Amino acid sequence: MLLSKGNNESAQSCHREVVGVDGVSFSYQHKSVMSDVSFCVKERDFIGLIGTNGAGKTTLLRMIVGLLKPTEGQIRLFGVPVEKFKDWDRIGYVPQKNSLNPQFPATVREVVMSGLYGRKRLFRPITKGDQMKAADALEAMGIIDLAEKRIGQLSGGQQQRVFLARALINNPSLLILDEPTVGIDAETQQSFFHMIKHMHQHHNMTFLMVSHDMDMIRAYLGQEPASKSGKLNFYIRHSHDTQDCVEHNLAHSLRGLREQLESGREVVGIGDRN
Amino acid sequence: MEIVTSEFFQRALIGGVLIGITAPLMGLFLVLRRLSMIGDTLSHVAIAGVALGYIIGVYPIAAGLVFAIAASFAIEKLRKAYKTYAELSLAIIMSGGIALASLLFTMGRSFMDVNSYLFGSIYTLDSTDLYTIGGVTLVVLLVVGLQAKELFLLSFDEEAASVSGLPVRIYNVMISVLTALVISVAIKIVGALLVSALLTIPAACSLIIARSFKQSIMAVVIIGELAVIGGLMIAGVWNLAPGGTVVLLLIAILLVLLLFRRSLRLGG
Repeated sequence: MLLSKGNNESAQSCHREVVGVDGVSFSYQHKSVMSDVSFCVKERDFIGLIGTNGAGKTTLLRMIVGLLKPTEGQIRLFGVPVEKFKDWDRIGYVPQKNSLNPQFPATVREVVMSGLYGRKRLFRPITKGDQMKAADALEAMGIIDLAEKRIGQLSGGQQQRVFLARALINNPSLLILDEPTVGIDAETQQSFFHMIKHMHQHHNMTFLMVSHDMDMIRAYLGQEPASKSGKLNFYIRHSHDTQDCVEHNLAHSLRGLREQLESGREVVGIGDRN
Repeated sequence: MEIVTSEFFQRALIGGVLIGITAPLMGLFLVLRRLSMIGDTLSHVAIAGVALGYIIGVYPIAAGLVFAIAASFAIEKLRKAYKTYAELSLAIIMSGGIALASLLFTMGRSFMDVNSYLFGSIYTLDSTDLYTIGGVTLVVLLVVGLQAKELFLLSFDEEAASVSGLPVRIYNVMISVLTALVISVAIKIVGALLVSALLTIPAACSLIIARSFKQSIMAVVIIGELAVIGGLMIAGVWNLAPGGTVVLLLIAILLVLLLFRRSLRLGG
């Protein structure tokens, strides 16, 4: 990752760019939230974004997924300016979960399937293949038994797995997570991070995650931030720090991980930074 | 009982059955997106349109529709002006609609039956009305049938819909226009004051019993039909106001469901 404040890093300086942020500023009601932030996320990087309240972490993620427009500067996804980007199924986005209405009549399976209903599949009916993808994503997150439950009946940790399954159903190249473990007990947080870490190490995925959990971030991404910009700190683990073994079936490999965790066998801890 | 076999009653029944499908369906999407009061607001503006239509000699349902669509856009504009107090826009537009309607009703009082707009006049449905209602039903069924999954995503999580590339603004406009359509045709059946009940109460019932989105779609239609058909029969036989009977029956169904909710949720 290259990060600079006040200089124009171009796309050429960032090979295999997944996310490119160039001189981005954002103001809300004439108040500056961030100014001149630039950075680049390369393929298979794991970026942890840390900052105090109001530092603009969520704002930055929302700009990256096109929900907000930067006041100045440009954001690219896979080399394409975000306003022209069309391949949204390459991106899995897990927003902060506070917006979920517990009374909403939807089953876990319906929520996970909804990850498929983007622009590309307009007017296309649900196929057998879609059902299989949903079953795979549910299996990968270990929530297949909950598939027919109403989403509001699940615990916070289970709901978070549902949203992660929804983000994974398209087999995305980039996973963007906004405070994925807020309101979840410590043990569930731990297993959640094991899964995330496993996916980063064994699958061809790039991660951009906002988190409050300094322990997890430091353990996996290093003690000190790789770079800073304003009130935002960027912790990073590059692709070359991870093993080069890519397993193809996520459901299968995560089931293996879960079995290890459940049988109490020793799993390499989160803090295994080389 | 002979009222049930009379032609005007059968027309009423056909109109009622059609609106019993469309109003609860559109209402479900509004309720799930926490926009329950939009139906009430649009219907109050639509009666102003209906009254104007009568005065200037335009098909009243069409004039009501134009007013309802204009109101739904005005609501969106006002919501942006009062971002954090968005419900204020509904209060403003609703009172504007009633004010305008009261002016128009006074202007046309010599030849208009105000009660029939406020409380419906289902027994006066003519074949033009039935064709209009039939057309609206077809459009709503087509949209919901072809776009159910997109509408689900939009209702469940508008941000996720936006991130997955769904044209959220186009869908919002589409839902507003369809709601305006349904309300305009429903006014003649249950009346402007009661349209909102037909939109929201079936959805309120489905929230008690349905476990999935699919079930909630089926539940609103079944409950809507039960209330419309049952209500019209009761009203016909005992000579009661049809709109009011339908709505009271809906409320009775809701109360029963609330009483027995513990044992009712489909499949636990």
